[in-house]
Amino acid sequence: MNKDSSNDMMPQKFYVDSNREETHDTFTLYLSPEDSSKKFHFEPGQFNMLYGFGVGEVPISISGDTSSPGTLIHTIREVGAVTKALCKLKQGDYVGVRGPFGSSWPVEKAFGKDVVVITGGIGLAPLRPAIYQILAQRNDFRHVVILYGARNPQDILYRKMIVKWRAHLDLQVRVTVDQADKEWYGTVGVVTKLISKARFDPGNTVALVCGPEIMMRFTIKELQKIGIEEEDIYVSMERNMKCAIGFCGHCQYGPKFICKDGPVFSFDQIRDLFRVREI
Amino acid sequence: MKNIKELLSEHEFFKGLSDEQIEIMAGCGSNVHFKKGETVFQQGREANYFFVVRQGSVALDIDGAERGIIRIQTVEDGDILGWSWLIPPHIWNFTAIAAEDTSTTALDGKCLREKCEKDHELGYALLKRFSTVLAKRLEWTRIQLLDVYGAHT
Amino acid sequence: MTEKKQQRHVIERDSLGSLFDVLRHKGFEIVGPTVEDNAICYGSIDSFKDLPVGWTDEQSEGKYRIKKRQDNALFGYVVGPTSWKKFLFPPRIKLWEAKKSQKNFDIVENTDEVPSYAFLNVRACELQAIAIQDKIFLKGDHIDPIYKKRREKTFIIAVNCTEPKGTCFCVSMNTGPRASFGFDLSLTEIIEDEKHYFVVEVGSSKGEKILKGVPHRPVESSEIEQQNKLLEKAEQEMGRVMDTQNIKELLYKNMEHPQWEDVAKRCLSCANCTLVCPTCFCSNVEDVTDLTGDHAQRVRTWDSCFTAEHSYIHGGNIRSSIKSRYRQWMTHKLASWQDQFDSSGCVGCGRCITWCPVGIDITKEVKAIEDIPPADAERE
Repeated sequence: MNKDSSNDMMPQKFYVDSNREETHDTFTLYLSPEDSSKKFHFEPGQFNMLYGFGVGEVPISISGDTSSPGTLIHTIREVGAVTKALCKLKQGDYVGVRGPFGSSWPVEKAFGKDVVVITGGIGLAPLRPAIYQILAQRNDFRHVVILYGARNPQDILYRKMIVKWRAHLDLQVRVTVDQADKEWYGTVGVVTKLISKARFDPGNTVALVCGPEIMMRFTIKELQKIGIEEEDIYVSMERNMKCAIGFCGHCQYGPKFICKDGPVFSFDQIRDLFRVREI
Repeated sequence: MKNIKELLSEHEFFKGLSDEQIEIMAGCGSNVHFKKGETVFQQGREANYFFVVRQGSVALDIDGAERGIIRIQTVEDGDILGWSWLIPPHIWNFTAIAAEDTSTTALDGKCLREKCEKDHELGYALLKRFSTVLAKRLEWTRIQLLDVYGAHT
Repeated sequence: MTEKKQQRHVIERDSLGSLFDVLRHKGFEIVGPTVEDNAICYGSIDSFKDLPVGWTDEQSEGKYRIKKRQDNALFGYVVGPTSWKKFLFPPRIKLWEAKKSQKNFDIVENTDEVPSYAFLNVRACELQAIAIQDKIFLKGDHIDPIYKKRREKTFIIAVNCTEPKGTCFCVSMNTGPRASFGFDLSLTEIIEDEKHYFVVEVGSSKGEKILKGVPHRPVESSEIEQQNKLLEKAEQEMGRVMDTQNIKELLYKNMEHPQWEDVAKRCLSCANCTLVCPTCFCSNVEDVTDLTGDHAQRVRTWDSCFTAEHSYIHGGNIRSSIKSRYRQWMTHKLASWQDQFDSSGCVGCGRCITWCPVGIDITKEVKAIEDIPPADAERE
C-alpha cells in the first residue's frame, strides 16, 4: 500500500484548548484541529509527532478516547527542550501534529479472556485509550485487572481517574509506589508484587505492559513465571524517532522500525531482541 | 474461628513442616490485632517477633532525619513480616505501622530462637523459608533503588 | 539474446563529445566523474574533457590513490568516495519553512525546482544501490517526495567495469560487474591497439532517443566478443570475497560474538563508512529559527548510526559503546536489511573498506565471525 505522504510529512495545525498539570513534570494538552470539521481517528497505542514552533518534534502517545475523535489528548513529560516547550503551551497556542503512526494495543485479542494491564510512570498514558476501550465493552472480558506503579504518591498520573476506576465493582485496580512518606497508606513496593494478589487465570489472559524498559523487563519475567504465554504479552517499545515514517533510520530495533512495525509488539515478536544489550 | 495451629498449617509459608513442628510454632503464637496507625514494632528496639499478616497492611518506615519518615515497603495479606528476630543482633531496622486495621498471628521469636538452637531440623526449615523471603525483598528493594520512573535526564 | 544484440551499437571515442551536447540540449545537468582533491568524485561536468581521462585508482583497506595510466581511457577506474545518493538523497535540504503570526504559524513546503540530472558513469554496483534506495524511498508505505522528484527526471548512463580493483566484491553480492538493468544507456570502453570505442547497450526508449543524436554504428560480433571477454575477465579480478550464504542467520545468531569486541578496539566511530556507502539512508532533522524567532525551518541532513546521539532517548544513548554501533551498522547492512527490504543492503562496491581510516574490512569481519566459533555460542 503506497500512499501519498503529504499528511504524514507536513504537520497539521492544532490549537491548545487547555493545558492541565498532572504532576510536577507532566502535563496534558487538550488539542482541537485548526480545521474544526476534521476529526482525529486513531487506535489505542498509536502516537503523533508533535511540533513546537522553532524548537522541534517529539513522538508522544495519544492518551484520549478513540470514541471521542474531536479532541486530541497528549500527556507529555518534560525531559528535554521540545517537551519543555510543549508543556509551557497555553490556551490558544498552536502546535504541529503529524500522525497517527504505529501499531496498536490489540484489545480484541482479549475478548472472552482476562485482561491484565500493568503499567508504570508515564506508561499509563499510552495505555489509557486501551483502558477506555475495555471499559466501554466491559462485558466482552472476564477479569479486568489494572496494576499501576509510580515513583511516589505525588507522581501518580491521572489520579482522579484511577480513583474513579477503583470505584467500579467489576475492576481490580491496584496502585503502588516505590517510596512514600508517612501520609501514604497505600501499597509501597514494586509493581510486580501486585501481580500475585490479583485474581486472574494466567492460562487465559492477555497482558498489556507499558513503562520504562527496565520495568517492562522485570514485569515480563514475572508474567512468564506465572505461566502467561509470550504471544499473549504485549509491550510498547520506545526508541529515538525523527521521521516516524520509516525513512530516517533512527528507531530501528534489530530489523524492526518502532515507528511502523511498533511501538506495540507481542513479546514473542521481539523476544530475541529483548535479551541483547545495546540493541 | 480457627485456632492458631489451623491458621499456620493452611499458610503457604509453613507448607512442608511436620505436624510436630507446626505444633511447636503454634505454641509460640498468638493472634494480635492492630488498629490503623498503631505501631507494630519500633526501629532500634529488640526484635523478638515475626508476624503472619492475615488481613490488612503494615508499612515499613525508616527514619530519614531531615528527610522525614520514608515509607519503603508495605507488607500485606498473606505476607510474612519481620526477619530481624532470626538474624543477629536481633534489632528492628525499621519501624512498622499498621496502614490499615490489621489482623496478624504473632510468633514469639525469642522463644523460637531457643527452640531452633536445640532442634536444628526446625532451625534449618525456618531459615530456608526466611531466606526465600529475604531474597525476594532484596530483589524488590534493588529494583526500587533503580528509580525506574525517575527522569534521569 | 538476439534482441540484445540488435540493441547494441558502437560509438567511437571521438564522437563521445556529442553525447554531452545532446544531453545538454535536452536540458540535462550532466553529473559524472572528475578529478577533485586527489580523488575521482562525482560532480557537474561540461564536456568529456572534465572526465578523469588517463587516470586510474589504486584501492585497498584504508588506502586510496589516483595515478596516471599509460593510455587515455575515460573510465579506467572504479568507484570513489562519492556516490549518486548525493544527488537523489541530498546531504542537506530544507523540508519546509514556517512563519509565526501571533499564536499561530503557517507552514510552507519546499517546492524548489530540481535539475534533471544525467548520471554518466554509473557502475553496476551503483545501479543496484540506486535500486535499493528506490525500494526504501519509493516503494514502501510512504514515498519520499524529495527523492521522487529527482529520481523520475534522472537519465542514467551506465559504464561496465573492466578493471575492478582491490576492494571490489560485486560478484559476491551478485551486483556486477556487468550492468544488466536500471540504465537508459550503458557503455563499455574498449581500447585495443589503435582502436578506442564504446559498445553501447540501449536500456530504454529514453536512451534510444538520446542515442539518435550521437554518431554511432552497428556493433560487430568481434566487438561483442571483446566486450564479453573483458567482462568475464573482470569477474575474475575481484579484490575481495564475501560468503553471503545464510549471512542473515549467521549475524542474527552471533550478536554477542567476541569479534564485535575485537572490531570495537579498532573502529573510531568516525562514520566514514556510512558517508561513502551508496545505500546508507539515515537522516536527521534540524529545526532552526532566525534571530527574530518568527521564522522557522526544518532541514533534513545525512546522519550516521555511528554518532553517539543516534540512539538517544531521554536520559541516555541506547548504543553507547562503539561495539554496539559497529554491530548495528554491519548487522543492518548485511542481515536486518533483508528482513526490511528483501535484499542485502550491501552492493560490494568496497568503499567502506577503502575509506575506513583504520582499514576495517567488512568482508574480513564476516569471515572472522564465520570461522571462529564463539566461546559461549548459544544453543538453539
